[in-house]
Amino acid sequence: MALRSTGTTVPTLPAKDNTARTQEETILRLDKLNVFYGNFHAVSNVDLDIQKNRITAFIGPSGCGKSTVLRCINRMNDLVPSARVEGQVLYHGQNLNSRNVDPVEVRRRIGMVFQRPNPFPKSIFENVAWGARINGFKGNMAEHVERCLRQAALWDEVKDKLKESGLSLSGGQQQRLCIARALATSPDVILLDEPASALDPISTLRIEELLRELQTHYSIVIVTHNMQQAARLSDQTVFFSLSDTRSGILVEAGQTEQIFTNPVDPRTEAYITGRFG
Amino acid sequence: MSANVQADTIITATPEPSATFTPRTRVRRALGNVWRVIFLGSTVLAVVLLGMLLWSILEPGKDWLSWRLITNMPSRIPEKAGMNSAIWGSIWLVGGSAIFSFVIGLGSAIYLEEYAAKNRWTDFIQTNISNLAGVPSIVYGLLGLVIFVDLLGMGRSILAGSLTMGLLILPVVVISSREAIRAVPSSLRQASYGLGATQWQTIRHHVLPAAMPGILTGVILSMSRAIGETAPLIVVGGASQVLFRPDGPFSPYMVMPLQIFNWTSRPQQDFEHLAAAAIIVLMIILLVMNSLAIILRQHFSKKNRW
Repeated sequence: MALRSTGTTVPTLPAKDNTARTQEETILRLDKLNVFYGNFHAVSNVDLDIQKNRITAFIGPSGCGKSTVLRCINRMNDLVPSARVEGQVLYHGQNLNSRNVDPVEVRRRIGMVFQRPNPFPKSIFENVAWGARINGFKGNMAEHVERCLRQAALWDEVKDKLKESGLSLSGGQQQRLCIARALATSPDVILLDEPASALDPISTLRIEELLRELQTHYSIVIVTHNMQQAARLSDQTVFFSLSDTRSGILVEAGQTEQIFTNPVDPRTEAYITGRFG
Repeated sequence: MSANVQADTIITATPEPSATFTPRTRVRRALGNVWRVIFLGSTVLAVVLLGMLLWSILEPGKDWLSWRLITNMPSRIPEKAGMNSAIWGSIWLVGGSAIFSFVIGLGSAIYLEEYAAKNRWTDFIQTNISNLAGVPSIVYGLLGLVIFVDLLGMGRSILAGSLTMGLLILPVVVISSREAIRAVPSSLRQASYGLGATQWQTIRHHVLPAAMPGILTGVILSMSRAIGETAPLIVVGGASQVLFRPDGPFSPYMVMPLQIFNWTSRPQQDFEHLAAAAIIVLMIILLVMNSLAIILRQHFSKKNRW
């Protein structure tokens, strides 16, 4: 504390690694998040902290609101006319779920990858370049596109056919193209909504490896139906389920290891041991 | 009591097939065949009628088909008469109405599909646009006469005719453009919004390019309708005899269907044949335009498959 107050840089202490789990930096905080679709109370009172440069997995049975919560983080629910979001989504302490916040700016900082690969019907190059260009990217676009494609572990496969349509790629490549496209706007956070559910096991594995690499630079939130995937991939796991009124609730959130080996809530245990869901 | 017991046993036991079902397979199949023959008959009837129609035009018209018909101006002498001024008039008129209806129609389609809230108002507007598509064309002619010819002082010009015809095809352009825009998958919009694109950037770069083949198909098909339309032009002043090509939007004009109408109403037999030949020319132009619509649609749909 004394060092800090004098303005000197605090050296990283070796001991920090041991306590890293408790000292992690929160990048996103959901506070009393409620989502309604018309009269339907889809998500009820979700409180959650999401850590910086970590992979957070949302798991839970179908219809429990995990995708809905994910879509609150970058204001994608604004696109659903009947949706109403209450509560706060704090990003570096600023409430994103506010009238004063422009969803366009939010989505540049918090990118999204969807369940089914949805490249634009444009060239591979243009798929990556477009998002950067509309957000006013100034710089060498060719280098930028190459960097994003390399980060998405796709460069070697497409470097000779950048002018070909993004739709000419295989499903797994398309999904990595979508990840490269999301990286192109240089986001902080990447949201993935079941990104591997339409892919074969080998493509799925490649996506998982990729996310592991990306984690050093980005905070990642992934919705998955696949519990093994959550266990393999994530640092933090959040289990959602349905309340008696069919509303999505957060049952338990914690370190992935703890959730899968020693869950606190009996519902979590029932789900991860395959007794329901 | 005993009847109840009977019913229970039937439900729980495996039923005797002959006791519960009367399959009547042969009767059902025969009935199916009857319908099949009825449908086949309707198709054959439609094709035969179309064939007879084509024959009744081709037979008298084929000997009068010549380049002269396309290059010459109208004349009192059938051997010298052509429809050059009518072809140019049609091109001017349909071109003008296509531009007008494309701009206004696409604009309102974008607004209704992408911007307007989905409520009773937009439903009301939607229903009324569909109704407008069914209003008799002569009514549009009268509207054009009052508004464009008289009120706005355009007179009997190509401009007045184009705007009238543009109004006539506007509902179809709006409806087909809306359908084309609606058919753009929402995943494409989501991808665009997810990158921080604004609504206009999404529409401009993704929705419109993907919807354009459908929109163009609608515009071309409604142009085909406009090129064959006669009634409103009689009202707004397409002339029945013009001996020069139109030289601008305020020029007097005539169009192909009016030329055909003019020739069929003359007493000489030769003019009737000339009219048949002119119909063949008109039909070829229509076929070319419709083929163009198909080619455009296929060309673009190869490019965007998702």
